[in-house]
Amino acid sequence: MYISNTDQEKKEMLEKIGVKKFEDLISSVPKEFLNPKINLPAALSEIEISKKMRELSEKNKRLKSFVGAGVYDRYTPAAMKAILSRGEFLTAYTPYQPEASQGLLQTIYEYQSSMCALYDMDCSNASMYDGSTSFAEAVKACLRISGKNKILYSAAINPRYIETAKTYLANDPKYIFEEIPLSGGLTDEKYLAEKIDDSTACFAAANPNYFGLIENIEILNKTAKSKNILTICCADPFSLGALKTPGECGFDFAVGEGQSLGLPMSYGGPYLGIFTCRKEHIRQMPGRICGMTKDKDGKRGFVLTLQAREQHIRRDKAASNICSNQALCALGATIYCALLGPKGLKEACMINNSLAVKAAKELTSIKDVKLKYKAPFFNEFVLELPMKASELRKKVSEMFSIDPGLDLSHMGKDFENSLMVCLTETKNESDIFELKKSIEACL
Amino acid sequence: MNDIMKFDNELSIEKSRTGKRGLHFNCPSCQANIPLEAARKSEPKLPQLSEFDAVRHFTRLSKYNFSVDTHFYPLGSCTMKYNPRINEEVSSLEGFTSLHPMSLDENSQGTLEIIYDAHQRLCELCGMDDATLWPVAGAHGEYTGILLAKKHFSVIGEERDEIIVPDSAHGTNPATASMAGFKTINIQSTPEGLLDIETLKKHLNSKTAVIMMTVPNTLGIFEKNIKTICELSHKNGTLVYMDGANLNALIGLIKPGDFGIDMMHLNMHKTFSTPHGGGGPGAGGILVKKKLSPYLPKPKVEKKDGKYFLNENLPLSIGRIKSHFGNTQVLLRAYAYLLKHGPKEFAEIAENAILNANYVKSALENLFPPYSKEYCMHECVLAPSKELADKGIKTLDIAKRLLDYGFHAPTVYFPLIVHEAIMIEPTETESKETLDSFIETMRKINEEALNNPEFVKNAPHTMPVKRLDEVLAARQPNIKW
Repeated sequence: MYISNTDQEKKEMLEKIGVKKFEDLISSVPKEFLNPKINLPAALSEIEISKKMRELSEKNKRLKSFVGAGVYDRYTPAAMKAILSRGEFLTAYTPYQPEASQGLLQTIYEYQSSMCALYDMDCSNASMYDGSTSFAEAVKACLRISGKNKILYSAAINPRYIETAKTYLANDPKYIFEEIPLSGGLTDEKYLAEKIDDSTACFAAANPNYFGLIENIEILNKTAKSKNILTICCADPFSLGALKTPGECGFDFAVGEGQSLGLPMSYGGPYLGIFTCRKEHIRQMPGRICGMTKDKDGKRGFVLTLQAREQHIRRDKAASNICSNQALCALGATIYCALLGPKGLKEACMINNSLAVKAAKELTSIKDVKLKYKAPFFNEFVLELPMKASELRKKVSEMFSIDPGLDLSHMGKDFENSLMVCLTETKNESDIFELKKSIEACL
Repeated sequence: MNDIMKFDNELSIEKSRTGKRGLHFNCPSCQANIPLEAARKSEPKLPQLSEFDAVRHFTRLSKYNFSVDTHFYPLGSCTMKYNPRINEEVSSLEGFTSLHPMSLDENSQGTLEIIYDAHQRLCELCGMDDATLWPVAGAHGEYTGILLAKKHFSVIGEERDEIIVPDSAHGTNPATASMAGFKTINIQSTPEGLLDIETLKKHLNSKTAVIMMTVPNTLGIFEKNIKTICELSHKNGTLVYMDGANLNALIGLIKPGDFGIDMMHLNMHKTFSTPHGGGGPGAGGILVKKKLSPYLPKPKVEKKDGKYFLNENLPLSIGRIKSHFGNTQVLLRAYAYLLKHGPKEFAEIAENAILNANYVKSALENLFPPYSKEYCMHECVLAPSKELADKGIKTLDIAKRLLDYGFHAPTVYFPLIVHEAIMIEPTETESKETLDSFIETMRKINEEALNNPEFVKNAPHTMPVKRLDEVLAARQPNIKW
């Protein structure tokens, strides 16, 4: 229990208020609701909690994991962990009193700047829940701006993003989602050109795409723009240390999963939804935005700004209902960017890529194991196996304490034997050989 | 606030020096293969700092900040209670943090067991039947709840497109309703701050899908007619949604399920002590009664033969509300908090939250007239007196002057229906001594405002910056370097 008042103090307080007992304070509550039976176990002490939670954490099996698919096993720098655990950041509220929150506000400004730098975009908000909800909000912004109802999307976007966007549109049948098929695992711009019509609001692509392949996002954007529709690019922020940016290709919106910037995987969250756009769309941006301004003496300061888009001002006319965001995760990403800098991030990208290239080479030297696609990839790739990928995954996990990758059977019939393998800077060459041996043994 | 430290608001990019690096990697035989045409043209404008530069930069920034750890934070509706450190420690165990969300169920048993048990405990505490902990924030939970309602009406074949929201509601309620494609019907509160039953009857019709109620409401008042509201709504086929933002007033003392509500959201970062993190991450689960259970987001954590698993096979589910399961690490903190409390301890939370709020209210009500003369629940709404208003003193001035005394300001100008509202929620974790000191300060500020109003109008005087030009920020947005 974390209550500070002593029994004596409680008595004094009731006296000062002018009541005899606590119950007098809640006389407005109908009696029938009060003091119900609650069937819960007795409270544990701190030591007991510590022990119980450790035991529970050990019930999760610690495998060497090669699963990616939008969530990556990244190294969290020690300095980043240390700063994030500071109570001054951890236990602060949303900076609604700017004079007492300059530190936090400045970190938000630095976060927005870092994301704009990575994505080459004009504006970033202060964060959304995760990549999928950022994507859903970008789709909604495009529908609002264009007043149209059709969404074209690459078949190689993370399917969970599309599902989330549909849920965010309340599965309303008036919105039409249409998939642009792939050729060789890459979005086919010829189909895209054909599919765009007068009802099309936007086109969305991903880079690297869901299969880890590097798309030609420049041509995709150009094709869409030649028919005057809005464009959304989902890009892994980590990969932007090395890969072509959504901004330089001319996308209207660029979103991404910020977990990639050093945040732990933690079975789903908290993650970081990155949301960026071009200047002309700033008033359609959901969520908080921090801006630089001056105080009465002309000194530099920071405030939350352009709040007329938000729910606490606009209520039912707001751009989104978002209130709490992922501020601490955004701070983590900001620290990550500051610790690595442009050179460090590029180096980290190169390591990821070269480990993946090496792993692909090694694994495809196993008999009957081939790469599913020929196109260049970033840090994950799809293998075509001589057996069901789900079976291999289970077998390797059980026998070798290695999670060899994600089986892609959720992508349809053609993917029953497809295993997606991901490499990050947390792995090295000996891990690759271990993976190879374990797969070989289970085929 | 930082007498011993010179204020330094230089940006990290301004401290950047070409060639500095905070983190290096080792990969002697690295051979990347990124085609030139796929590579980025110029390097991103990120700061170049040593690790020490970065640590000092961010540590200094942390100092220009109020937080629960360092300051009393009586923000109404936000429940800024103490964030226990054991929660931090156990939620950071590597067995939890290193778990990929698409790990096989058999390898995720520890986390799944926690989620499952948290469902049970939260349902028992609130008197509800089923739960989902997918939503990552209160507003995300609200949206999930309203989608459940939408699905419910589509399954039973009724077309309803209106949601009733009292005018004292949080802004997220109407924003959520319109996000889900509903029309918001605003109802005016009575002078006592309650929902008027007669007005409700006038608005309930065959189009009313949901009524969204906050209990206690944002005025800190218990909706004493809540049972009648639920009955009238149900008679009309309307579902009752409860905004659980103020659950701290009820926890362990009252089960919201007993009111007759159909669904509610929880804010783990309010009632269940997880830190606010400067605006997030939070977690915002939804609890429902049986009839809405089939529509919960998928997948669902279930148990069979002693094993926990994710059930994806839910034909009536509203679908996926984000890529992967919720803000799990936040839920682990909340779970540690659940373990720390049995039925008796939970009731003491609500008791002390209510006691502390009434203590502050009764001590200040002769200087700052309260919205309601009745005893409040976990928070109270005050306003500047007529004497202060005559001197031109606004709520904002009092809020800013409080900062000078080392107190975070209460929630101000909310609820919207109270002119110049000052909304105070002390929470149960604050001590009488802290409250006494806050009360004393409010009295002092009242006196200052009467004797030297200009001084108070120009507050704060001791913060790193003075009042900021918000108009300039909005007119010429400068939102990145």
